[in-house]
Amino acid sequence: LAPWVPVVGLEIHAQISSNSKLFSGSQVQFAAPPNSLVSFFDASLPGTLPVLNRRCVEAAVMTGLALNCSINKKSLFDRKHYFYADLPAGYQITQQRVPIAVNGSLSYSLCIDNKMSQMVTKTVRIKQIQLEQDSGKSLHDDTRSQTLVDLNRAGVGLMEVVMEPDMCCGEEAAAAVRELQLILQTLGSSQAVMAEGQLRVDANVSVHHPGEPYGVRTEVKNINSIRFLAKAIDYEIQRQIEELENGGTILNETRAFDSKLGCTVPMRDKEGKQDYRFMPEPNLPPLILYDAKSLPANMNHQQVINIDWIHERLPDLPSVKRKKLVEQYGILPEHSFTLLNEDGLAEFFESVVKRTQMKPKKVIGWILKDLLSYLKQHSLTVKESPVSSFLLADLLNLLEKKEISSTAAKQVLAELWKGEGKTPLEIVKEQKLELLQDQKELEQICQAVIDGHKNEVIMMVLG
Amino acid sequence: AALNGGLRSQVSAALKEGRVAPTELCQRCLALIKSTKFLNAYITVAEETALKQAEESEERYKRGQPLGILDGIPIAVKDNFNTAGIETTCASNMLKGYISPYNATVVQKLLDQGAVLLGKTNLDEFAMGSGSTDGVFGPVRNPWSYSKQYKEKNVPKSYPEDEESNWVITGGSSGGSAAAVSSFTCFAALGSDTGGSTRNPAAHCGVVGLKPTYGLISRHGLIPLVNSMDVPGILTRCVDDAAVLLGSLAGHDPKDSTTTQDGFEPFELPDLTDVSKLSIGIPKEYHAPGLSSEILALWSKAADLFKNAGAKVVEVSLPHTPYSIVCYHVLCTAEVASNMARFDGLEYGHRSDMKDSTESMYAATRREGFNDVVRGRILSGNYFLLKQNYEKYFVKAQKVRRLIANDFVKVFRSGVDILLTPTTLSDAAPYTEFIQEDNRTRSAQDDILTQAANMAGLPAINVPTALSERGLPVGLQFIGRSFQEKQLLTVAKWFEKQVQFPVIQLEEVERHDSDVFQHQKSASFS
Repeated sequence: LAPWVPVVGLEIHAQISSNSKLFSGSQVQFAAPPNSLVSFFDASLPGTLPVLNRRCVEAAVMTGLALNCSINKKSLFDRKHYFYADLPAGYQITQQRVPIAVNGSLSYSLCIDNKMSQMVTKTVRIKQIQLEQDSGKSLHDDTRSQTLVDLNRAGVGLMEVVMEPDMCCGEEAAAAVRELQLILQTLGSSQAVMAEGQLRVDANVSVHHPGEPYGVRTEVKNINSIRFLAKAIDYEIQRQIEELENGGTILNETRAFDSKLGCTVPMRDKEGKQDYRFMPEPNLPPLILYDAKSLPANMNHQQVINIDWIHERLPDLPSVKRKKLVEQYGILPEHSFTLLNEDGLAEFFESVVKRTQMKPKKVIGWILKDLLSYLKQHSLTVKESPVSSFLLADLLNLLEKKEISSTAAKQVLAELWKGEGKTPLEIVKEQKLELLQDQKELEQICQAVIDGHKNEVIMMVLG
Repeated sequence: AALNGGLRSQVSAALKEGRVAPTELCQRCLALIKSTKFLNAYITVAEETALKQAEESEERYKRGQPLGILDGIPIAVKDNFNTAGIETTCASNMLKGYISPYNATVVQKLLDQGAVLLGKTNLDEFAMGSGSTDGVFGPVRNPWSYSKQYKEKNVPKSYPEDEESNWVITGGSSGGSAAAVSSFTCFAALGSDTGGSTRNPAAHCGVVGLKPTYGLISRHGLIPLVNSMDVPGILTRCVDDAAVLLGSLAGHDPKDSTTTQDGFEPFELPDLTDVSKLSIGIPKEYHAPGLSSEILALWSKAADLFKNAGAKVVEVSLPHTPYSIVCYHVLCTAEVASNMARFDGLEYGHRSDMKDSTESMYAATRREGFNDVVRGRILSGNYFLLKQNYEKYFVKAQKVRRLIANDFVKVFRSGVDILLTPTTLSDAAPYTEFIQEDNRTRSAQDDILTQAANMAGLPAINVPTALSERGLPVGLQFIGRSFQEKQLLTVAKWFEKQVQFPVIQLEEVERHDSDVFQHQKSASFS
């Protein structure tokens, strides 16, 4: 049987972290009472006009720079028309002709095997980043045959990040999205929490035989977590392969991922191809961005965005942070990934290292094995850890000074998890876990043991 | 006497000096509105709020602290501007009963300066039309239909033909505003102008109609027809008054991203005496097919007027003028299709009782809410925006638009200061004749002289010039350079003084203000 080459591309919508919406002054807030954050413009009241939110543009520029994109100094806004209850104006304002950023790349890493012992770096091309409005939410009440519309989310700023079909499976897509998530959170341009709808991923999947043209692709939507993303993609790849091997064809359709059944199903409401009748947004002039060279001398600072200024102020991206951790602390690259992958863990680690004489290479084991596995077992975040970095550092110091054995240290740690407020030293004293340092005393104990077990000693001496 | 005077020179002075009180002025206008109800110029008369505003204005005058020239001045606003607490209908079933929660920026500015908002004026539905005949509240009648001047020239030939069937249209789509100003029920009115909708009815109703430069006055709160061409329009009885209104409305609005960031300084118009440094351009393409010989003669006479006064008068060419109508129709219908998409019955406005599905509710709502004209434009517009048609029509039209705009740039660059053209092809048609053709045909015919200025975003003004043989007003249009309203209005004012357009002799007005017509030669000022 000829091998199949799966091809995976992604369309990611990241909600911009800002106080107000993309084109109006109403607030951006998760889980507010329905229709409590709706301005006249959001409700599409006739005569209202869009006014561009500066913070949203800055967020998109930051993200574009972090993803190695070219920032378009002139970008345009367009209207994308379709009728739906959660789209009050009957059109979405987006950037179809000329988006704000293009031609970037994202590097991400995968483990070759399950043991996190060998990592390989891959790259996916970023086609573009565009600014656009989020829609409201509609909830279907089938029992009463009605649809309830909440416009709180209508008009919130989104960055749509389009990743080219350079990925080959669910794992790669998941790793790429995870890395994007970390970047966005580091920049602060989006909080990117999938569970709160701040990061939405649609996957484009197709399969083909090597050397042949790309196959028909399907779009998979309704994916609510990174784990489900990998599952949905892998399922869809399998489904397409089976379908084709059985002589069937793949429809260019949109499918929804059903997380309960673990499969993709065709979506209703998407009959035929939509013509969105794109048209330039006449109420927004072209968005002009400047850099140090092109910035006019007497421009009002409030009115302009300087790309170079933003570039200079970008924080260290995750890849840079990882490198620094490896260089500074001598830990393995895989370790740096895990540190950054868990919110707050890198800071915890560094805090411990600061407070202990134990070498970072040894500290990392305690962090990644003992601390992290405990947190995972109890579904706790680093912030929720009953053991603070101070406590752990104290414990590791006792171990480093050889005041306790490593077995004893694990025992103390187990006790510390209870969160009863005792210090490691107190627990050591309580449970009498101190290592004896006195040579003479040790000899006396050993002699006493030997004397008390004369028969066993003879057996041992005889072999 | 106050009813007839220019704002700055007469009415405002009278108010300040206490010769007339704001409440009195307001009440006179409201009474006149009542007795001219047959004109159907107003959709909503906001009697209570207007009187309240007048009272507040009176208090300010008593304290010696009026807010400005507009304090206490009764004005009317076209019913496609949002007015908080007062119905805004756009003369459509879609918005019947719609009470907006906010004021358009221009409305707010007028109110902030103490103007008294008398009511909302009638228009073609959603400003689509050139007759003010296609709104759900019925057509607007041109006050001149009832003037002594018209009646003298139009003695009914036989019974039962009478003035009921002889009345003429106001032109459109801001017909209600033009009629309101023309019949003295207010001192100034706001209209809108997308293809000529302020200048056209101004010409037919014998009033000044100013279309400002695109981007000079905020469109926030003006329910849009074509966002890239719409401007709020100003209708007054004299050019000086238009300058006063312009001064109170122009300037950057953060709520409208298409307004100019440049500063704007309100100005008073100088009394031009020497026109020898002026260069007037006469665009030959504006000798359009269908232009009445009367208007052609008037246009020629006006050119001579300038020449004889020492100005340089040259024939110029705007070669892409003949393409502007079709270009306008493509761009206009495309934007209409887009702008009307929000009317789905969900958030506000009319909602159909049809409940089978969301889609069927939308379809029924829009069928019930929009008239044929609106629906026709939506269908055309959507056609032009289809992916397969977009390049052929929309993009092509945008390119032609650029050519039309460049025509003007070239002419102005060649040294011409102002263009002089007719505003309309003829005087106002009788209603019964006008409705013989459909809205689209009429619009195509009537917009031809006004609409290129909207394509190019230029300022233009109608100045009432003379009465036609039928005793109806005819106006001429001046088109100026971008943001050069001061120059445009200065020239218009000079012309206005030369032509001394007669005051309308309306029985109703005379009844209300018997000493108004004692010293009448010109329309307004001292």
